[in-house]
Amino acid sequence: MIREEVLLDFTSRFHADILDLEDKSNTRVYVTITPESIVRIGTYLFRNIGARFNIATATDLPPKIEILYHFIVEDINLLISLRVFLDREKPEIESLAKEIEAFNWIEREMSELLGITFTGHPDPRRLLLADNWPEGVCPLRQDYEEWDETVDRTRGI
Amino acid sequence: MGKTIIPIGPYHPLQEEPEFFTLTVEGETVVDIDVRIGYNHRGIEKLSEMKTFENSTFVVERICGICSTSHPYAYTRAVEDIFPMEVSMRSKYIRTIIAEGERLHSHLLWLGLAGHFLGYNTVYMWAWKLREEILDVMEILSGNRNNYAMFKPGGVRRDINAEDIPICLKKIDSIVPTLVMLKKAILDDPVLHARLKGVGILSYQEAIDFSALGPTSRASGVARDVRKDSPYGAYQEMEWDMIVTKNGDVFDKAVVRILEMFETIKILKHCLNNLPDGSIDAKIKDVPPGEGIGHIEAPRGETFHYVKSDGTNRPLRHKVRAPTFMNFPTYKATVEGQTISDATIILAAIDPCYCCTERIAVKDVKGRMLYNGQDLIKLSREKTEKIKQRMGGK
Amino acid sequence: MSLKLKALLKSPWVFHLSTGSCNNCDIETLDCLTPRFDIERFGMLLVGSIKHADVLLVSGSCNRMSVERMKELFEQVPKPCLVVAIGTCAGSRGIFKDSYNCPVPLDKIIPVDVYIPGCPPKPEAIIAGAVKLIEKIGGTL
Repeated sequence: MIREEVLLDFTSRFHADILDLEDKSNTRVYVTITPESIVRIGTYLFRNIGARFNIATATDLPPKIEILYHFIVEDINLLISLRVFLDREKPEIESLAKEIEAFNWIEREMSELLGITFTGHPDPRRLLLADNWPEGVCPLRQDYEEWDETVDRTRGI
Repeated sequence: MGKTIIPIGPYHPLQEEPEFFTLTVEGETVVDIDVRIGYNHRGIEKLSEMKTFENSTFVVERICGICSTSHPYAYTRAVEDIFPMEVSMRSKYIRTIIAEGERLHSHLLWLGLAGHFLGYNTVYMWAWKLREEILDVMEILSGNRNNYAMFKPGGVRRDINAEDIPICLKKIDSIVPTLVMLKKAILDDPVLHARLKGVGILSYQEAIDFSALGPTSRASGVARDVRKDSPYGAYQEMEWDMIVTKNGDVFDKAVVRILEMFETIKILKHCLNNLPDGSIDAKIKDVPPGEGIGHIEAPRGETFHYVKSDGTNRPLRHKVRAPTFMNFPTYKATVEGQTISDATIILAAIDPCYCCTERIAVKDVKGRMLYNGQDLIKLSREKTEKIKQRMGGK
Repeated sequence: MSLKLKALLKSPWVFHLSTGSCNNCDIETLDCLTPRFDIERFGMLLVGSIKHADVLLVSGSCNRMSVERMKELFEQVPKPCLVVAIGTCAGSRGIFKDSYNCPVPLDKIIPVDVYIPGCPPKPEAIIAGAVKLIEKIGGTL
C-alpha cells in the first residue's frame, strides 16, 4: 500500500463523518471526526486497513473534552490519529471495547481519570484508582482540587 | 465439582512489584483470571503538567526502573515532534547506545527471573552477574547504573568520552562467551523444551486483537518492531535482524529475548566504534503550541508518548503508555486452560514491567486460600523436577 | 536495648516490600544477593514471609492503594522489627511529593529507623546502610 492510496480510500469512504484533516507530516495525520462514527471508523482502520491500535489520549480542554485515538499503519509508517470532541458536562461516546479487546483497559482508564462514559463497555470497573477514592472526582480535569485533608505536601524536613 | 479461588499477591517475594491476581481453578486447571492494577499509580501524567518540559524528562525516567531510558527517549521525541525537528547524528548515536545497553541488561534480568521461577538458580545468578558488567558499562558512559539522565529535548545532556570507549567494548566482549554458553544451555536443554514448549500460547490472531507488543507479539509471528517500522536513532546505520518466531509459547518468548541480546550487542559495538562527530544539543528554547507523538521500541515493546503544548513552558497534556499496558491483558488469553504450576512462568514470559502499567492489583477475594505466591513458585519448580526425572535426570 | 534485638542482629532476616515504586530500588536490593555483592555472607537472608522478618526493607512512594496493605502488613510483623526506607521515594516521596495519589510520606505511616537516600541507592550504599544500622543498634557482624 502507498500512503496516498490509503488516505484517499479512507477519506472518500467516510467523507460524511470527517470534519477536518491535518496532514502534519509524512508520518503524522490527524483526522477530526464526529463522535457517532468512532466505532465504524475505528473498526475499519483496525480490521480492514490492518492498523494497530496504539492508545487513546483524552484531554480536558474546557468547554470540551477531546479524545484522540492513535492508530499506526506499520507497513507505510503512518500514524493516523482520530480526534473527537465531546461535551464537557456530559461526555459520552460509544465503546470500542465491545468489538476489539485492545480498547478495554484504556477506556476504563479514561473513564475514571476524566469522567467519560463509554456506553456498552463490557467491564466498566475502576482500573487505577484506589477503592477509597471518591466517585466522580476526576484527577486529570483542569478543575481538580485536593479533596483529601490528611495529605502532607511538605518535603518532610 | 467446585471452583476454587487462588489469590496470588500482593507482595510476591521474587517479582518485586506488588501485584494481585485472582485465579479461579477447577482441580489443577485455571478457568478464569482477574487482575487489578493501581498499586503503582503515582499520577505522573498530572505531575508532568506541573513541571517544565525539560524537568518532565526526569519524572518520566522514574516511571519504570528497568526501562528507564525508553520513557525519556519517547518523551523527548514527542516534544521534538511538535516542531517537528531532528537531532544531530551524534545525539542519535549516543541515544541508541544508551537504549541498547538498557535492552541488554533488561533481557538479562528477565533471563535470571525466569531461571529462578523454573528452579534453575544457576541461570539466575549467572544472568545477574553478567548484567553487572553491562551496568558497569552504563556507569562509565553515563555516571549511573540506572536512571541515566542522558536525555533532553533537542539532544543529550552529556557527551561520551572517546577514552571510555575501549574499556566499554572490552566489557561487552567479555560477556559474549558466557552468553553463548547460556544460550546453548537454555535453548538446547530437553528438560526446558518439555517444560516450556506449548505452554501459555498466544496465537497470532490474539496478538493482533490485543495489540500486543515487543517480544510477546514477535514470539507469535507478528513481525513488528518500531526500530524497523518507524526508524529512529541510529538503527538504520547497520545490519541487524528482527527476531520473530511462530509458536507463541513461553519457549519462543525466551528464544526471542535471548537472540535479541546478540543483535543488541551487534548494534552497540557498531555505534561505539563509529560514533560521528558533531554537537550533542540543539538547544531548544521555546516549545511552540501544537502536539507531538514519540514512540520507540523499549525492551518490552513499544513505548508511546503524546505531548500537547499550548506555547507556555509546561506541557498541557502528557500521555504515557508503556508496552506492558497492552501486553498485560494477554495474560487472560494465555493462562486460561493451563495448570497452576505454569501460572508464574506464563506471567513472567510477558516480562511485565508493572511500574510502567501503573500496576495491576488483585481483587480481594473472600475464599479459601490454597496457595500463595511462594507456593506457586514451588509448584513451578516441582514440575521442572518431575520432567527432569522422567527424562533421566541431568 | 533488648537482648532479643541484639541477638537477631547477628543474622537478620530481611523482608522486602514495595509501596508503589519504579522498581529500581527493588532491583538494586535484589542485586545485593547476586555474586558481586553477596549480602548473604553477612548472614542477611531474604525471606518470603513477613512473619519471619527481622528487618523490613521498604521502597516506594506510598501510593494510596499500597498504604492500606502496608498498614495491615506492619501489624503482622513480629516486633521488634527494624524498618529501613530505601530510596528517596521511601524517604520523602521525592519528585512524587505533589502527586494526587501519594498523600503522605512513609514515616508518617510506620516508624522508620534508617533512611538510605539515592535514586536508586547503589548496592554498596544499601549494604553500608544496613551495616551502619547494625553497628548503631549495638550488634556486631
